[in-house]
Amino acid sequence: MKFIDEFRDHARARQILEHITTLVARLAEQRGGPVRIMEVCGGHTHAIFHYGLEAMLPPELELIHGPGCPVCVLPMGRVDDCVAIAERPEVILATFGDAIRVPGSRKSLMQAKADGADVRIVYSPTDALALARKHPDREVVFFGLGFETTIPSTALTIAQAAREGVNNFSVFCNHITIIPTLKAILDNPDHRLDGFLGPGHVSMIIGTDPYRFIAEHYGCPVVVSGFEPLDILQSLLMVVRQLHDGRAEVENQYQRLVTSDGNLTALEAFHQVYEPRENCEWRGLGSIAESGVQIKAAYGAYDAERKFAVPNQQVADPDSCRCGDVLTGNLKPWQCELFGKRCTPDQPHGALMVSSEGACAAYYQYGGGNVDGRGPDSSASASLSQNLIQSRAES
Amino acid sequence: MCLGIPGQIISLDDADARLATVDVSGVRRQINIACIVDDDHPPERCVGDWVLVHVGFALNRIDAEAAARTLELLDELGDTHEFDALTLNGDQEVSS
Ligand code: SF4
Repeated sequence: MKFIDEFRDHARARQILEHITTLVARLAEQRGGPVRIMEVCGGHTHAIFHYGLEAMLPPELELIHGPGCPVCVLPMGRVDDCVAIAERPEVILATFGDAIRVPGSRKSLMQAKADGADVRIVYSPTDALALARKHPDREVVFFGLGFETTIPSTALTIAQAAREGVNNFSVFCNHITIIPTLKAILDNPDHRLDGFLGPGHVSMIIGTDPYRFIAEHYGCPVVVSGFEPLDILQSLLMVVRQLHDGRAEVENQYQRLVTSDGNLTALEAFHQVYEPRENCEWRGLGSIAESGVQIKAAYGAYDAERKFAVPNQQVADPDSCRCGDVLTGNLKPWQCELFGKRCTPDQPHGALMVSSEGACAAYYQYGGGNVDGRGPDSSASASLSQNLIQSRAES
Repeated sequence: MCLGIPGQIISLDDADARLATVDVSGVRRQINIACIVDDDHPPERCVGDWVLVHVGFALNRIDAEAAARTLELLDELGDTHEFDALTLNGDQEVSS
């Protein structure tokens, strides 16, 4: 974990933290409770833990680690379906490395590979298309995963396959979209969220306009944020300031990469190939209407679900697994009974342990909380407030 | 998995297919540049551009300073996944 003095611009970081602390103290007193901000994106979660930001923030500001890690929310049934496809003798299953360890109810792709399935790790969907060109006698299936940041890449690859007529290539589409999911979280009457840090790179594709309903209909501020520690602190301050001023708006902290209407070429490719899926299953969150996409009929020849009559297995998350409660902010990872015992990054039981962007893996890796079910070590925040006091005394 | 990685376009391979070669910290690979070209910025003008690359696609142009800072950030976070994966084309087992 890093300390604030090691930040490239620690004077600035200190200043922002002081502002946040002052405003949050006032807000918490007015409402008689903490301010809760969800960072939607797993990349933010990872950075927040890595830089120890959570420990620097005042205790009246709670960060809720949202569902923005596509590997984490992949439901078990979809992994089972993918394993079933991979086990067909004619199939080469190509996947991003992230997905290979996600547990299914029978096995992960890694175990399927060990058992003889032809599973290949690729960097890009275009590598899978190249495999299909190179092995015309085999069926190459790409395990398509990810949010709007990743969707244009598989869309453009499918369109390319169609142009070339590479008919032994298909995509098993598990792409998900963030807007319906945020809406579902906000429609849950038990949600206790006051504001959001919007995902940086999803927003680079979709722009900031799609978040406006959150401000307008739900009265929650949204600030689209970059990934550097200063970006995140700055964005938190922007959310807190809106709450303090009684405003709810969509603001863009990440203007160096994000515009209000997004990347039009990427969006065009997206909508050319994909359409909303009626219902989409999320590990931990259940089924959310139109929160995922499927391949349009016009590109049906490249849809692994049509090609292989995928069983579409629905497997409930095991009861002991509390990923859903963690994702909605009702439980801290270390409060899950399995945390650090039957569930570790080496032997993940739930999805939030699988990727370094998952909240449980982040807590585990950066020592936030321990297997005795106690909360995060507060020594880091103690030493920080010491620093703050000292710097105030000096200035 | 959405962080991406900055690289610099060093050559245009096929303007019609929107293919170019990018250098990411010394590792070269071919990527698709469809999402960063338009009438004002045709493929020919992309050579030399710094771009944010994600799973083999350039998603945005960035300036050299932002590129350097992002590389530093990824390095600090130990998030080398996208960099490590750059050369994985799924055919290693067959070719090696
Ligand atoms: S510790 Fe494991 S099972 Fe429990 S919530 Fe976290 S990932 Fe899920």
